[in-house]
Amino acid sequence: MPSLDAVAFWSLASLTLGSAGGVAFSRNIIRATLSLLGTLMGVAGFYAMLSADFLAASQVLIYVGGTLTLILFAVMLTARMSEPDQTNPSVGAPIAFAAVAALLVVLGRTLELADFPEAAPVAAPSTARLGHGLLGEFLLPFELGSVLLLGALIGAVVLARRAVKRAWERG
Amino acid sequence: MPTLAHFLAVAGCLLGLGLFAVLTRRNIVGILLGAELILNAAALNFVAFEHFGDHALGGQVFAVFIIVIAACEAAIALAIMLQVYRSFRTIDTTRLTSLKF
Repeated sequence: MPSLDAVAFWSLASLTLGSAGGVAFSRNIIRATLSLLGTLMGVAGFYAMLSADFLAASQVLIYVGGTLTLILFAVMLTARMSEPDQTNPSVGAPIAFAAVAALLVVLGRTLELADFPEAAPVAAPSTARLGHGLLGEFLLPFELGSVLLLGALIGAVVLARRAVKRAWERG
Repeated sequence: MPTLAHFLAVAGCLLGLGLFAVLTRRNIVGILLGAELILNAAALNFVAFEHFGDHALGGQVFAVFIIVIAACEAAIALAIMLQVYRSFRTIDTTRLTSLKF
């Protein structure tokens, strides 16, 4: 009987990589976007296994509930419903496959040769430590992150609006 | 018993699939989905190293910032894409070949 850790790991890995395959290879852009949901959920499960419980929750809330919803909105606004499978991979597919395969071979060889510690620590909640870290040691990046979010918010509103003609420009 | 190498292998496969999506997709949203896969792979790497290391906390903080930056990037990229769609009526990158509308 395999350990619960191993069962959790392999089921999460099959969910994540299967959905990522759907994102990369699916011909229908709407199916690809919805496969990203499976990938993000699988990664959230991995975070929970790796004692990053706050990160797992914020992954589901922010990534799935925010970013993926935004992408889905944009897909629905721009996908032509008459031709739902308009995103065929282009003729660069064999070259891209070769490049990705080469990268994966190099990474796999590095993993083989590396000398990782065998000890597997127990997963423990880390929200308090993360909070202390964000407001202590990592305060400056935290504040810069808020400035970045403000800039992105204003920038997205400005970029996406229709051209507004002022009263005097209408002639 | 999953070791660090198992988690890194999953992250590496996510990176490879995301890279394939970025390289072969013609739709702008498809390319953005590939970029999201790559960002998730990197964040998973950070969190795995922190868990199997000495809990120095840098990994999880960095993963939080990756989520923040990915959200900003998706918002801006989709705003640009909506404007491109309004001007050119297409988001197929093989047909977006001129800078001037």
